[in-house]
Amino acid sequence: MAFQVSLGDTAVAERAATKLKINNLNFFYGTFQGLRNISLEIPEKQVTAFIGPSGCGKSTLLRVLNRMYSLYPGQRAEGEVLFNGQNVLDSKYDLNALRGQVGMVFQKPTPFPMSIYDNIAFGVKLYEKLSRSDMDERVEWALKKASLWTEAKDKLNQSGLSLSGGQQQRLCIARGIAVKPEVLLLDEPTSALDPISTARIEELVSELRTDYTIVMVTHNMQQAARVSQHTAYMYLGELVEFTPTAQIFVKPKDKRTEDYITGRFG
Amino acid sequence: MSDVAKAVSNDRANNPIYRRRVWVNRFNMTMSMATMAFGMVFLIWILITLFSKGFAAFGPQLFTQMTPPPGSDGGLANAIFGSALMVGASVLIATPVGIMAGIYLVEVGRDNWVAKITRFVNDILLSAPSIVIGLFVYSLIVFQVRHYSGWAGAVALAIIAVPVVVRTTENMLMLVPNSLREAAVALGAPMWKVVLMVTLKAVRGGVITGILLALARVSGETAPLLFTSLNNQFWSTDMNAPMANLPVVIFQFAMSPYEDWQRLAWAGALLITLTVLLLNILARTVFRQKTQ
Amino acid sequence: MDAASTRTFALQDAIFARSTQFFAMLVLVTLLAILGSLVYGAWPTITQVGPKFLVDGTWDPVRRLFGGLAPLWGTIITATIAMVIAVPVSFGIAIFLTEMCPPVLKRPLGTAVELLAAIPSIIYGMWGLFIFAPLFGEYVQPALTATVGKLPVVGTLFQGPPIGIGVLSAGIILSVMVIPFTASVMRDVFETTPAILKESAYGLGATTWEVMWNVVLPYTKTGVVGGVMLGLGRALGETMAVTFVIGNAYNISPKLFEPGNSIASSLANEFNEASDPLHLSALISLGLVLFILTFCVLAASRWMLASLAKREGKRT
Repeated sequence: MAFQVSLGDTAVAERAATKLKINNLNFFYGTFQGLRNISLEIPEKQVTAFIGPSGCGKSTLLRVLNRMYSLYPGQRAEGEVLFNGQNVLDSKYDLNALRGQVGMVFQKPTPFPMSIYDNIAFGVKLYEKLSRSDMDERVEWALKKASLWTEAKDKLNQSGLSLSGGQQQRLCIARGIAVKPEVLLLDEPTSALDPISTARIEELVSELRTDYTIVMVTHNMQQAARVSQHTAYMYLGELVEFTPTAQIFVKPKDKRTEDYITGRFG
Repeated sequence: MSDVAKAVSNDRANNPIYRRRVWVNRFNMTMSMATMAFGMVFLIWILITLFSKGFAAFGPQLFTQMTPPPGSDGGLANAIFGSALMVGASVLIATPVGIMAGIYLVEVGRDNWVAKITRFVNDILLSAPSIVIGLFVYSLIVFQVRHYSGWAGAVALAIIAVPVVVRTTENMLMLVPNSLREAAVALGAPMWKVVLMVTLKAVRGGVITGILLALARVSGETAPLLFTSLNNQFWSTDMNAPMANLPVVIFQFAMSPYEDWQRLAWAGALLITLTVLLLNILARTVFRQKTQ
Repeated sequence: MDAASTRTFALQDAIFARSTQFFAMLVLVTLLAILGSLVYGAWPTITQVGPKFLVDGTWDPVRRLFGGLAPLWGTIITATIAMVIAVPVSFGIAIFLTEMCPPVLKRPLGTAVELLAAIPSIIYGMWGLFIFAPLFGEYVQPALTATVGKLPVVGTLFQGPPIGIGVLSAGIILSVMVIPFTASVMRDVFETTPAILKESAYGLGATTWEVMWNVVLPYTKTGVVGGVMLGLGRALGETMAVTFVIGNAYNISPKLFEPGNSIASSLANEFNEASDPLHLSALISLGLVLFILTFCVLAASRWMLASLAKREGKRT
């Protein structure tokens, strides 16, 4: 079975520069090795999807990219993740600055317990001191980028929790881009949403690609086919195959990948 | 646009806002550590005092001799016995009451109004001032029969113990998956059998934990005994008469100007604390074993 | 299964349901009985002294004058002092335990705090009387009077005889007693915050403090307030930790070094000696006031904690 992938994307895929370069990455949860020897180049201003069965390490890999794992003692990464040429796994690399440059959106919408406006202003205030009118502008800009402005502009002072699930997730995307990161990490961003909200998020991801490098974990192969230019198939902590999306779904190189995408997987 | 973004991100680490934030964070985290240290210093200080003063007066005579008049040697035997008797009696009263009420809340009443109000009232009783409970039992029993008694003390302690047992029983029963109940009901068993032989049995450890915690809680209670069992200088096994007990003896001896009484008070305080801590640790281990 | 045994089962079940209900009602009736007996005992005071009881500061058993303001004032002041100290300290401890503590220490320290909350309050009282008060009177009180005691308005609070025993000491001992309790409630409440919510704040580059203050605290607001109120309920009704060090004097003064009395300490000291029925009744009235006060505080706290639990239930 093959999915609809436009051939133009393959051409785009081949032209891009590298934004994040992962070299020989190993990851451990205590003594358990979650990732084995991963090397991967994530191209700039494109969407890269990580797919694979659950427990394959795709979320783990994503969480290495902004060092989210460092919140949890016992989890550690070895190897290199070069971001603009610097190794972010180096303990000297400033963690908070890294997270300002690499934004993240989670499986479930996570609006902070504050107003819609403050949800977005919260992140911005961490890095910039803006006047009220500049902040208003920035909030509007972010909400427009996340195509939430028309729905939210009349209730900016209401709690973020008053939005629907899909809107909340777009709010989280708006919050992520408001701090002007270079990379956006999306960890199964539509897994808790209905099909219509999912379609809107997917549309949004395709639009955001013009400004941001996007890395997305998804358990939904069709979604990877629809929105990504590159796909990495992972299995048991290893990177099995990493190719332009058009190729992986049409003629996968590895037998394991083929089994997975044709549904013959165990 | 992207140039702006780059400029913003590149100087992030040197940006004054960012530097200030890092300092605020460091300051507050240091304060948090300081509060932890502050709390620990006081509490360790209290424990060290308790252990050094308590052990200084510790000895076998504590368990063999009666509470002395000032100026002579003695022990706490009558008070230890009285405490054990009243605490034991109170938990014997509280256990069936608490378990039955807990069963009602989860298995019978669920969300009807009796259950809702009982749940709320139980929570209030759980932290109601114990001295008020002493006043209540005074009016209920002592005032009616015109004398202090061990039974009155036991009833006052039982009123304090019941909410603890109700609460843990309820929490534990809530953890039982409905599938277990359904499986038992599907066999055609009557509800009372399902509850007593399946659900309650499944959370046995948790319920025992609750009883141990209730025991620990009432062992240290002083205030409700002041007006109920009062005190007794002599060995007494008569629950109908005033009865010596550790907390009240400690209170009277510690407030007295006599040094030998004060020493005994510390020994008693250590004894109570060790008992309470032991019961708490026991409750934790029982609970952990049962939930694993 | 034949019809007869089904009928027996139904009967057994009805008996079982009724008997559990009886015990549940017993809990309910206990509360009402407590309230009823207190009102009954307080009745002579209510009729003979009236509402003046709450605003009159004269307590003179010899002249049979009973005004409850002094112990009421002492109760509120000591509880306030206790909470002013305990709330920030508990908050700090809870942050330390949830976000900063090295994992090896997390469990032992958390357990230690919980165990300390279980230590009988009489221990705190004894420590306060024998260890804390002498040191406090000798070193801390004179220093406080000489420094902050000189300030206008606030200074008055830090004046009085430096004898170590008094309202301030009682408040401090009370705070030491309440800290482990409030800290462990706060920690439990903080841990209800979903990891993913904290991660999204960290994901924006927020510091630990910013995550706690701007995300975790607003998220758990009702629970934290509920926990603080629970601690306040304890502080208001505590007998032993206060009685040892408050000084037992019917005294209403803004000077916190002076001895005072709380409702619980008045009861502990006088109840057994009171023989005059009006005196007894006045003491029971104090108990009634204390009961109503703590009832309101506890009811508010339970309501808040329950609404947090409900929201949590909705999320998962």
